Amino acid sequence: MEEEKRKNDVLEEVTSSEYKYGFVTDIETEHAPKGLNEDIIRYISAKKNEPEWMLEFRLKAYRHWLTLEEPDWALVDYPKIDFNDIIYYAAPKKKKELESLDQVDPELIDTFNKLGISLEEQKRLSGVAVDAVIDSVSVKTTFQDTLAKHDIIFCAMSEAVQNHPELVRKHLASVVPYTDNYYAALNTAVFSDGSFCYIPKGVRCPVELSTYFRINAANTGQFERTLIVAEEGSYVSYLEGCTAPQRDENQLHAAIVEIVAMADAEVKYSTVQNWYPGNKEGKGGIYNFVTKRGICKGDRSKISWTQVETGSAVTWKYPSCILKGDDSIGEFYSVAVTNNFQQADTGTKMIHLGKNSKSTIISKGISAGKSNNTYRGLVQISKKAENSRNFSQCDSLLLGDQCGAHTFPYINTSNETSIVEHEATTSKISEDQLFYCQQRGVDTEKAIGLIVNGYAKEVLNKLPMEFAVEAQKLLAITLEGSVG
Amino acid sequence: MSERKLSPLEQDLATYYSAHEGSFPGSENSRITELRNSAFQSLMETGLPTKKDEKWRSTDMKSVVANTYNLNPDAQEYDVEFSEMFRCDVRGFEADVISLSNGWYYAPEEEKLQVYDNGLIIGSIAIAQQRYPELFEQYFAEIADNTSHGFTAANSALWQDGVFVYVPDGLHIEKTLQLIKVVSSDNQLMTNTRNLIILGESSKLSFMHCDDSVNHNSNLINTVTEVHIGKNASFDLYKLQNINDETTLLNNTFIRQYADSRSKVSVLTLNGGCIRNEIHVDFQGEGGEADLNGFYLMDKKQHVDNQVFVRHSVPNCYSNELFKGVLDEEASAVFNGYIYVARDAQQTNAFQRNNNILMTKTAKVNTMPFLEIYADDVKCSHGATVGQLDTEALFYLMQRGISEKDARLLLMYAFIADVTGKIGIEALKTSIEDMVKKRLRGELSICEKCVLHCSRPDVTLEFDIDMSKV
Amino acid sequence: MLLNIKDLHVSIGGKEILKGFNLGVNKGEVHAIMGPNGTGKSTLAAAITGREGYEVEKGTIEYKGEIINDQAPDERANNGIFLSFQYPVEIPGVSMTNFMRTALNAQREHQGLDPVPASEFLKLMEANKKLVDIHSKLTNRSVNEGFSGGEKKKNEIFQMAMLQPQLAVLDETDSGLDIDALKVVARGVNALRSENNGFVVITHYQRLLDYIVPDFVHVMYDGRIVKSGTKGLAHELEEKGYDWITQQLDYKTV
Repeated sequence: MEEEKRKNDVLEEVTSSEYKYGFVTDIETEHAPKGLNEDIIRYISAKKNEPEWMLEFRLKAYRHWLTLEEPDWALVDYPKIDFNDIIYYAAPKKKKELESLDQVDPELIDTFNKLGISLEEQKRLSGVAVDAVIDSVSVKTTFQDTLAKHDIIFCAMSEAVQNHPELVRKHLASVVPYTDNYYAALNTAVFSDGSFCYIPKGVRCPVELSTYFRINAANTGQFERTLIVAEEGSYVSYLEGCTAPQRDENQLHAAIVEIVAMADAEVKYSTVQNWYPGNKEGKGGIYNFVTKRGICKGDRSKISWTQVETGSAVTWKYPSCILKGDDSIGEFYSVAVTNNFQQADTGTKMIHLGKNSKSTIISKGISAGKSNNTYRGLVQISKKAENSRNFSQCDSLLLGDQCGAHTFPYINTSNETSIVEHEATTSKISEDQLFYCQQRGVDTEKAIGLIVNGYAKEVLNKLPMEFAVEAQKLLAITLEGSVG
Repeated sequence: MSERKLSPLEQDLATYYSAHEGSFPGSENSRITELRNSAFQSLMETGLPTKKDEKWRSTDMKSVVANTYNLNPDAQEYDVEFSEMFRCDVRGFEADVISLSNGWYYAPEEEKLQVYDNGLIIGSIAIAQQRYPELFEQYFAEIADNTSHGFTAANSALWQDGVFVYVPDGLHIEKTLQLIKVVSSDNQLMTNTRNLIILGESSKLSFMHCDDSVNHNSNLINTVTEVHIGKNASFDLYKLQNINDETTLLNNTFIRQYADSRSKVSVLTLNGGCIRNEIHVDFQGEGGEADLNGFYLMDKKQHVDNQVFVRHSVPNCYSNELFKGVLDEEASAVFNGYIYVARDAQQTNAFQRNNNILMTKTAKVNTMPFLEIYADDVKCSHGATVGQLDTEALFYLMQRGISEKDARLLLMYAFIADVTGKIGIEALKTSIEDMVKKRLRGELSICEKCVLHCSRPDVTLEFDIDMSKV
Repeated sequence: MLLNIKDLHVSIGGKEILKGFNLGVNKGEVHAIMGPNGTGKSTLAAAITGREGYEVEKGTIEYKGEIINDQAPDERANNGIFLSFQYPVEIPGVSMTNFMRTALNAQREHQGLDPVPASEFLKLMEANKKLVDIHSKLTNRSVNEGFSGGEKKKNEIFQMAMLQPQLAVLDETDSGLDIDALKVVARGVNALRSENNGFVVITHYQRLLDYIVPDFVHVMYDGRIVKSGTKGLAHELEEKGYDWITQQLDYKTV
């Protein structure tokens, strides 16, 4: 069958496009020796000039980590990580205070430009304040004045530890304790930097806050720690984007993101994750083992996670919501695309504790090449969560017959007034849809692009505008040459 | 490997095994002996499951493994006709009845293995393994996986008796074969019953597997059933479960289906303290169909756990799972469906659905409908819901003058009607539906005899609401 | 000649459906293909548009002087062949607007033209929506998703108007339409008829042909055309039924 062969060729072609963001920014870096022990942790803490309590906290986490074993329940397979073969701290050497973009390393600007997310453009066109984290140390924050006017704190975590210790002490690890899991313990022990964001009572953050993470120096593990606190009645939309340059060795990324939403607060957290997925033979790529969790602490609070996951060799990530407040709302919208030899085990947990709490889960998995894509999610309705609701829809799309698509939902319900619904389907692009497009003159490659984007639309629509464009571009890059 | 600390039950099983090595059925057969040995080893290594095992997270065996059971009840002498012990006169439903009493095949000595003129063989597995070594060589212990968990391994190591059925090629058995397993001992029993059912090519069998209690002892019934369904053969399995609230029932059924074969399983759980049904279906030939259904009606502190694994190893097979349940009082239910579609198992159609109704604050449901898929040209879906009776429907019924109590019963009855509706034998369907109604009205208790012979046949079973009005 | 089908044999999964089919369509002509169910009418539509799984075993399909047996469906479409589907498929998440723009631009790219400017495209959409009485809310939806049977068929004609084909194949466009929708669809088709294009109208009933008046009527039976005539043949068929034809044929074969 000529047509079948042609289609396979196109599929092969569109699913085998190589990572386009593989370039290394040549910024001089300073880094710790390889390996992990208490001395390294003291070194990191000292480098950051941290108070004693912070060091103690790190050491406690490290000692706990030593007693843990790497989790193996996810449907992913990778060689054992040698945690002593990793550099736990790297910082750009130039570290002076910057006030304008002119003072930023031109190469860095160039990197952002290559990514199509230049600070200038972002600033000028969309009014996004960017806290760019390059290899773990905050280099540049913008729009501080605007934020300061509203008493919003948006700074590097290391700065927050210095300048707002009471806030950090109060909330850090209040959502993800270091005992939570293996990687959470590791992160707590060695976290290098990250972002801290505090929205005071009643404030609606006027700009979308954004951090672009990049993993840059070879053999550098990346251990960010992000904490977002939204006080009563406040609102913030936070964007996280990640791209990492091409490296042959696997790089470990174990971040923690914590969100605290007080009564009537709303936090929208959007991620586009496009770290290096490894090459077509499955060599290299990022290990992305991330713990993200938010707590809807107050009544009527809302946390919404939106993620577009196209990168990383191995992903292990479950952005979750603890719905503690009455009438609180948790949302999880996810598009995960895997190609070549990528493995993703991702999903969410919705823990309903408050009355009338509601959660929505929309997950779209797209697998191509020889990849495996797993949705794993937990919906838990506790005894006291009267009238709570959950709706989950988890769909998988398979492109080609060498990939895998898996769905592992866990639903635990202990309240008779709650309603939980879960639906899932697995499909491929139907011959009828392809033919219909072709009959209208749209070639196979474009048709696949159209249909895949249509398939993911429900989630892409949840992204802020400027992010949605990038996400669509990434879908295009990951799956094909051109998307209509 | 470091020595594991054995639980009391594991200790008892180990002691019992060592004491009886060499005297188990099949001990003269080296293959069976080897199977027992390796199963025992597996049991000692992995142990009986605890909540730490992923597949047992929600079904706690702690009190079971801490308990002491009589592992070797004496075989009951055949003294009275079976029909006198268990009158099974379900109106309109005819079945050939065989029985296991306290785990032992209950029949006069000369009838413990019967070979009929048409080639059908029915009888005790202990005798069959002597008489038909070639069938055992080919089929026995081929599909039961001892590594899946300790209870299967324990069964494989310690089984003493059970049922053997062989349906030759082309033979259609029209009358349902009904197995009634009754446990009625003065002390707490653990039975390790092993069944082997073989269907030849293009044959047909309808099999009913009833688990009953006649007293309130805390027994542990650990049954492993292996079923081979030959090419183009058809197998219907009805599992009717109505045991006491103290008993733990573990039913582990392994089904292997060859090309174009059909299986239909209905798990009908009416009562039981702790029931775990595992159904494993493995398609070995194209064109197979498996229709797996079940309902559960639990109350008090009862617990039911349905684990349904369907493995699509070859292309072009169809499987459908539908499990529905109502949980009242402090009852809890677990459902774990697992559809595995192997690479190249194209044109697979696999569906899975689990719907639950919680009646009280204290009832619980854990549902895990899983899909693991490695082929693209497949149609797979799953769905799960947990909710309440539809309040609008409830109001509609009440507005038409039906009492709230009756309206609730009717809606519960309607809720599981699509499961009972799948029962292929009309008479059986009617009788099961009657039992469901009784169960919902709280009138069904542990019968003194077989559950199908309800203790008070004089009581009319008719539901007093005319369904046609709804 | 616009379309010239010679001795076409087409099989599906090894089963021969078209068994020596011949048809010539000139520019400016409307040909109606009638026939009882299961005679291969939809197979013909699929063969002309190059649907996968329809194997041309023998014979040729010539379009604008070129044999297109091996052309991919999108290539044929961009060369001006349009099929109004009997059962238009739903494509979730793909908006009609996006879909049409992609299709139109694919055609223009094929013709060496630049993509159509957004404003012009929207004007075109508006004009053609009016032609078939399509609500704007439909074009904002995903392709065919949640459309009623009538809306789906109108949508097919709308797309035809957008893409301006040279050869349009209408496969049972009347099925599932009430008389009002049928009139709208026919009005759309008639507006598009010109000296430069040809139509092949596949239908089971004569009804549609009252509104889309054909130049020629062909009766198909068992994979080939067994009787051809002018529009009068359609009326004759309506009166006498298909048995009239089949009996004649069966008599001959006996």
